[in-house]
This record gives sequence, structure tokens and C-alpha cells, in this order.
Amino acid sequence: MVTKKEIKQSFFIALWFMVLTFPLMVIKVNTIKNIVVFRWTNLIWVGIVGFLASLIWNYFLRMKDEKKKADTKDNIPIVHRLLQNEKFRIPFLAAIGIFALVYPFVFPMYHTSIMISALVYVMLGLGLNIVVGLAGLLDLGYVAFYAVGAYAYALLNLHFGISFWVVLPIAALLGTIFGTLLGYPVLRLRGDYLAIVTLGFGEIIRIVLENWDELGNGPRGIGNIPSPSFFGHQFNQHNSVIYIYFIVIALVLLTIFFVNRLENSRIGRAWIALRDDEIACQAMGIDKFKTKLTAFALGATWAALGGVVFAAKTSFINPMSFTIWESITILCVVVIGGMGSAIGVIAGALVLILLPEYLRAVAEYRMLVFGALQVVVMVFKPEGLIQGVRKIYKFKKVEE
Amino acid sequence: MRKLNILLGVAIAGIAGFFGIKEIIADPVYFLELVLGGLTRGSIYALIALGYTMVYGIIQLINFAHGEIYMIGAMTALIVASVLGLWGWNSGVIVFLAFAFAILYSCAYGFTVEKIAYKPLRNAPRLSALISAIGMSLFLQNYVMLAQTPEFMPFESLIPDFQFWEPFAHIITAVEMSIIVTTVIVMILLGMLIKFTKIGKAMRATAQDKVMASLVGINVNRVISTTFVVGSATAAIGGVLIACHVGQVNFFIGFLAGIKAFIAAVLGGIGSVPGAVLGSLVLGISESMFTGYFWSEYEDVFAFTILVIILIFRPSGILGKDETSKV
Repeated sequence: MVTKKEIKQSFFIALWFMVLTFPLMVIKVNTIKNIVVFRWTNLIWVGIVGFLASLIWNYFLRMKDEKKKADTKDNIPIVHRLLQNEKFRIPFLAAIGIFALVYPFVFPMYHTSIMISALVYVMLGLGLNIVVGLAGLLDLGYVAFYAVGAYAYALLNLHFGISFWVVLPIAALLGTIFGTLLGYPVLRLRGDYLAIVTLGFGEIIRIVLENWDELGNGPRGIGNIPSPSFFGHQFNQHNSVIYIYFIVIALVLLTIFFVNRLENSRIGRAWIALRDDEIACQAMGIDKFKTKLTAFALGATWAALGGVVFAAKTSFINPMSFTIWESITILCVVVIGGMGSAIGVIAGALVLILLPEYLRAVAEYRMLVFGALQVVVMVFKPEGLIQGVRKIYKFKKVEE
Repeated sequence: MRKLNILLGVAIAGIAGFFGIKEIIADPVYFLELVLGGLTRGSIYALIALGYTMVYGIIQLINFAHGEIYMIGAMTALIVASVLGLWGWNSGVIVFLAFAFAILYSCAYGFTVEKIAYKPLRNAPRLSALISAIGMSLFLQNYVMLAQTPEFMPFESLIPDFQFWEPFAHIITAVEMSIIVTTVIVMILLGMLIKFTKIGKAMRATAQDKVMASLVGINVNRVISTTFVVGSATAAIGGVLIACHVGQVNFFIGFLAGIKAFIAAVLGGIGSVPGAVLGSLVLGISESMFTGYFWSEYEDVFAFTILVIILIFRPSGILGKDETSKV
């Protein structure tokens, strides 16, 4: 129900936004030609959008308060409930499997290529989910490890001619080593400091790659990176895209398997406990530092794997692919999809990467929408679109 | 451990000092230029860092969108100044109005950002508020980019080359001098605000203990809003001044400046106002030395390296207090 008071309030908020956005939205100065353009229509749009947004905002805020008051015990998202249902589970997974199998043969190469990037993001998202979602460490420099993987393949191939399949484990190892090396000094820090320091490391790696010409040609990057071979057989361009597609699918399945196993392992439970309460965790005898370091290093491993696939797919890399925006996009995938929930992250990656690709007209608004979504999700649904489910131990009463 | 840290610091300073003295004797004017350049840079960092440190002191949040507030201040000044300039207004009036509008709008944005993105998350985990702040920063950057232009816009300096400054202009320009002087004035005013006024007292009380402050009748929400507004105002002043100095503005300037200012705030001890000023000056001067004597292309790497080193050896900063976490 919308009361009269709320409409009045929203009206004033809309007015406030019209005043607030006036210089930036309405006036446009061309300092070279010396013309001022007044775009009055923008003002009307801001007014309308501000009014509606404020109404919706208040409505949801009230809903959230009411929900908090009401007792919510069974709050398992519908996707999980469907997946837990045996009858539904097998046909559902089979349908997805068949779809994934025939996808590259049914759709043109362009779509396959987009799907590959989306799947790479699924991998990256699942990797970052270990760090951010499970262990609760905000890592804003995740892209650094992605760059490590991509450059590892490009450079090892360029100088030593090592093939994709051999680089894959090497890059994973390199990712782990880099993750440990970077994690070692910074993981002592409190959460928000960690965010800034990792952001700094991400930028350092990019700046070094840009300025160190001998390593990777600086901003010109490295080209002619070969696509993977199949037991020595090199595919033509069309088939190699399909081949990479299947490699990524396999890697994604492997990732899901690993993450799933990790989540319910001793170390996975330690991560979640650490995220929820560090002090209680230490009191229970969990080595805080070592546990965090494992999460950080494992996250880095997946990023490096993703980087190798990325380099193989694009066959050209330069430092511009590894900016802070990339890190933020991956973070968005995790946060909006649902921190700590593998299904959420997969859905988040597919939606956030595929949608802007197909909605080319609005692609320039992508980052704007990402930013707004981050705020909205944090305010209204901090657990993300698809919430992770915690393992619950149920005690059965012994009947006598 | 503490003693070892101090020893290590002294050793590094000693080595640096030895090499430094050799360089300074070789070319003292260059050294002076670097110091003054660093001072200018540090002043700008200080103006931005104040907002970070004050907000952090009160609600323990890294206000990621703070750099964007600074950018919006510079943008508003640019727009107001060019529109009025085209209408042929007196240049003195333009300077006044550009500054006034920049400050006003930055304050309004700071206030609104707090109400939208941080207030609903007051009791949420810190990670949530931080992600919300990053989202806000991303949103504001792209909003300015789409509403205006992704290109750099030339910014005509609002500060004239004063006649009386002519004899010193070869060492430090009039704009740089104005930056340093303005910063000093702003710092003094801010210090007085925090020390002597009622709202300043309320701010200090809220920073110490929010619940206790509200028990003695302080409107905590209003104090938090005021903090954002004051921080935004100093950031706006910094934004306009640096735009005059550099001569161009785009939507992305807030990002790096914001991070550097944050580094400065951490260096000085986050939450402490004098610490932020000290940290900014130290960062500004050492950055200027590094780019002047070593590699200029690794300027940003240097700042981040300093951040990492401080956080490892002295996480509470130069003037910060050690805090232990309690259950």
C-alpha cells in the first residue's frame, strides 16, 4: 500500500535528485567549440525515474523490515529445493548436459565464442567464491592471478614452445605460488585493508606488465598464441573454437566438483566458520592464518587456469585485458549471484556476461548497472540472487 | 618485534639518507622543486584523505565512493566555470561561484550517497557495506561518463598567475602556492570545527562510542551525515584545486586520487585527523622524490608498495593507536 505521505516524500526526493543531477545531466559544455547545450528532457527523465525509484525503494525497505520481524526458518531458495528433489534432479541435470553438448553444433560460432567467455567467468567466479564467498576475504586484485595464467601460457609457448596441456598444470602451480606469495604478507590484515592491498597488487602487476617491455612487449602484448591441440592434431579455426568450448566445459565441471568437495571438507567448513566469527574460530583451534592462506592460494589457482584458457581462446593478450574492471566484474558475478553459493555464482556469471553481449545497445550502461546492482543487492538481498545453503545436521529422536 | 621494526626503519632511512645527501648536494634547486612539488601533491592528498579518515573514524567504513565525490566537485566547477565564462561574467565572480557550486554539489552527493548506500547497512557485516561502497563508486563514475563524456575535458585554471608571485614563479607556480595556502587554511578551520564547536564534540563522541553518544542525547545519524558533508566539502576543494593545477578533468580522476589519499590516511593512522595530514605530506613528498630520482613510470607501484610495507610493519599507521579486537 502506498500512502499519501509516501507519495509526497517521493515527490520531494525526485525534486532533490533533479537538483542534484542538474549540472551533470542537463548542461553539456563543449569547451573546444564553446557551445553550451541544455538537455532539458534529461531533467524530466531524472524526475520520473527518481520518483518511481524512491517509491519502490521505500516499499522494499518496508518489506525487508517486516520480513525481519516475521520468523523465517525455512528460507531455502527454490532452486535448491528443486535440486534436492530426486525426481526433478536427474532430468534437470540431463537437460543441462544435453544442451551443453549440442550447443556449439546448433548455434553459430559467434555464440559459442561468447559462451566460452561466459564459462571462463564461471570458473573465475567459482574461484573467487572460495576467497570472497566462503572465506570472507574481499579480494579486489583477483585479476592479477588471471594475468599470471594468461602470461604464463603466452610466454612459455613463445620461448619454449610448451603446449597448452603442459602449461595448464604449470600455470595452476604458478597461480598457487603467486597466491601464497602475495597472501603471505597481506593476510594478516583486517578485511577492509585487505581489499585495498589486493587492489594495489592487481594494479602493480598490470603496471609492471605495461612497462616491462622485455617480458611481454609492454602494452603491445603478445599475439599468435596457438589454440590447444588434440593429441598433436591441430584443428582449423572453426573446430578449434568448438574444441576450446568443450575444454572449458570440462574445466568448469572439474571446478564445480572440486569446489563442492572443498566446501564440505574440513577446510571448507573452517573457511565458513572463519568468515562468520574469527575469534570463536581461533578459540576452536583453527589456524586462522593458514586457513586463509589456503583459500587465497586455491582461489588464485582457478584464476590462473582461467587465464590460460583465455589466452588460448583470444590468441592475443595485452595488459589492457587485466584492469581493475575485470576484477570488479568477477566480484559482481560472485556478489550478485550469491556469495558462497556455487549455483548462484554460475547463474550470476551466465546472466551478467551473456546479457550485455546480447544487449549490445545497452552495453555501455553495463558498468553503471553493475554498480547500482551491487548497492541494491547489498541493501535488500545481501545473500545474493540464489542463496547458499548451509549444511544442517539434524538429530533424529530415538523412538522407544 | 617492535624494536626490530624500529631498527629496520632506521636502517632503511639511513641508507636512503646517505644516497639522498649525495644527490641533494649535486643539484639543490632540483631537490627544492621536488620537495615543493611533493608538498603540493601532499596537500591535495590531505584534502581528500580527511574525508576517508573522518568517515572511517565514525563508522569504520572505507568510503570507496569518496574519490568520486572529489571528481564530481572538479566536474561541477568545470561546468559552472565554462558556462559562466561563455556568458561573459566577471572572472572573480566565476572563481567564487565555481568553488561554491563545487562544494555545494559535492556535499549534496556525499550526503545522498550515505543515505542510499550506507545507512541501510549500518548494522550489516562490514564486507556488505564495503561492497556497497564499491558499487556506488562504480555507479558514480559511469554516471558521470555517460552524462558527460569519457574524454578528458580541458580545465582552464581558475587561479590567475598573481603579479606579486612573479619572482618566485620559477621554483613554485602561483597555482601550487595557492594549493598549499588553501590547504593550510582548510586544515586550521577543520581543526577548529572538530576541537571547539558543538558538532565537533559530537563527532568525537560518536567516533568513540556510538551507543554511548546516542545515550547522552547526540543524534548519531545527523552526526554521520555531517561527517560525510564536511569530508565531501574538503574533497571538493581538493578536486577544484588539482583540476586547476593539472588542467584537465575526466570521470576517472577520482579513482586513483581516492586510492592514494586512502593510502595516505592509512599511512598516518586511519581515524586520526592529524595523522591523515601527516601521512599525506609524507606520501606526497616521498612519491615526488621517487619519481624525480628513480623511475617515473612506476609512480603508482611505489604508493602501493608503501601501503603494503606500512600495513605489514605498522598496521595502525604513524599516529594511530594499536587496537586489539575484543569479543
